[in-house]
Amino acid sequence: MTPGIESAREPGLAPALLEVRHLVKHFVRKEGLWRSPSVVKAVDDVSFSVEEGEMFGLVGESGSGKSTIGRCILRLVEPSSGEVHFRGENVLQFPRARMRQARRDMQIVFQDPYSSLNPRMRAGDIVEEPLIIHRIGSKAERRERVADLFQLVGLDPDHLTRYPHEFSGGQRQRVGIARALALNPALIIADEAVSALDVSIQAQVILLMLELKVRLKLTYLFIAHDLRLVEHVCGRVAVMYLGRIVEIGDTPALFANPTHPYTRALISAVPVLDPDMPRQRIPLDPASFDREAPLREVSASHWAAV
Amino acid sequence: MADPLLDVQRLTVVFEGARSTVTAVDGVSFQIAPGETLGLVGESGSGKSVTALAILRLLQPPGRVTAGRIIFEGRDLLALPERDMRQVRGARISLMFQEPMTTLNPVMRVGDQIAEAFTVHGQAGAGAARGRAVELLNAVHIPDAARRARDYPHQLSGGMRQRVMIAIALACHPALVIADEPTTALDVTIQAQVLDLLRELRGQYNLALLLITHDFGVIAEMADRVAVMHRGALVEQGPVRQILRAPVHAYTQNLLAAVPGAGVRPPDAP
Repeated sequence: MTPGIESAREPGLAPALLEVRHLVKHFVRKEGLWRSPSVVKAVDDVSFSVEEGEMFGLVGESGSGKSTIGRCILRLVEPSSGEVHFRGENVLQFPRARMRQARRDMQIVFQDPYSSLNPRMRAGDIVEEPLIIHRIGSKAERRERVADLFQLVGLDPDHLTRYPHEFSGGQRQRVGIARALALNPALIIADEAVSALDVSIQAQVILLMLELKVRLKLTYLFIAHDLRLVEHVCGRVAVMYLGRIVEIGDTPALFANPTHPYTRALISAVPVLDPDMPRQRIPLDPASFDREAPLREVSASHWAAV
Repeated sequence: MADPLLDVQRLTVVFEGARSTVTAVDGVSFQIAPGETLGLVGESGSGKSVTALAILRLLQPPGRVTAGRIIFEGRDLLALPERDMRQVRGARISLMFQEPMTTLNPVMRVGDQIAEAFTVHGQAGAGAARGRAVELLNAVHIPDAARRARDYPHQLSGGMRQRVMIAIALACHPALVIADEPTTALDVTIQAQVLDLLRELRGQYNLALLLITHDFGVIAEMADRVAVMHRGALVEQGPVRQILRAPVHAYTQNLLAAVPGAGVRPPDAP
């Protein structure tokens, strides 16, 4: 069912940290009183699993449904159908209070810290807020925790009283990461978390994320459009096209032998740093593949919908 | 370079605030030959877009050119009366922005926006201009151009809007196009198409291109020469192969090292 699950896991082994099964999210758009509503299949029967401690990449272009998946996992938007298992339990069946508890373990970092950090709150208060909401610790303990978090993400103690606009882009994203870490989560959903940053700052934030992954035993669902970046940092990757996973597998295997026509077109479109490298653009012909084709194993730990 | 099309000499731009003065562009010099593409790279705040605006004299106060010369086709643009400058802007040098949704007029048909470029510069009457707009939409490979000319920007996809921007930029056969992050907002497959189109038209029209970007991949695909900007100053300038393979300045080296996957290729690969 989910590529990599049955084949990779010995019977009796612990379940994957996150397992998404047949996830569907349809947005219904009302076209007016007399017209029938149209349906956008943002996520269309998507299954994958993320193992404890891995950095799993979800790539695709705008409109592919990758961000909707991240939001569905946290139930920031309610999926139309499917299952999201976190540590073996289907979070889509959790009542409100239980879901709120579950979100302690699953946190999200957004692309744009401008719009995801409250401009009227000081950075220290932004990072403290999750602790207040979840009623953790006394005021003094929370303050201490926030100071520790600031140190953890490489911010100075005198940054605590600053407002978001007083930070650079990279520092602001560090505040967003500190807030996501406040509740000691197991899973971080990074939704284009470094896409808006300059390349040198991006490298610093990525290094921080990789360092935190080891120190805090974090698992990442890394949602991005930058193939070069995903190839660089993710152990496994899923490629999305119009709401579906068209290819999934170990990053080296997938990039060495991209098999789905969309993946091939996407990889061939990425500019190469070598001016003398012959450009071989592979145009995408949507008629050349069956959109309903199921994933099948094309090489070891590598599946494609062809 | 025997006879540069554009010769920017020690350009300095400052922004004067009430309490402090920021030097956004600090003694920058570079040249572009006819038909040549110069890639201007740098991170946000490095002064690359301000340089572009200064060349076209589109800086808004408190931004001000305090020193330098901008020689274009033998004339110093900084010394031209505004009336003559208007004959340069859009006609001899045109500008392409990153985000077509904010630079195209949302309540004007795209065909009319292209036609406006002809009529403003007195190159055609309204009727002829409309016909030439359709020709240009064809030239930038917009299918069914005659019908698309009657569309409004919101009816076009991001890639098609960027093609319309290119059509407007090329309308008056400029000698130089300044493209400020022309593909940054686009998906990578659409970016590839727009870069291919720019490359094709560049040859066809013998265009010089000042390509402003932060993406070394785009530079590698498009540029003949590269100038690297950091905190308002040019730190390094040279042929694209030299800059990408054997950068001399520490800032360029660090910038290249930060590109994901850049370290994989040996620097002296053929």
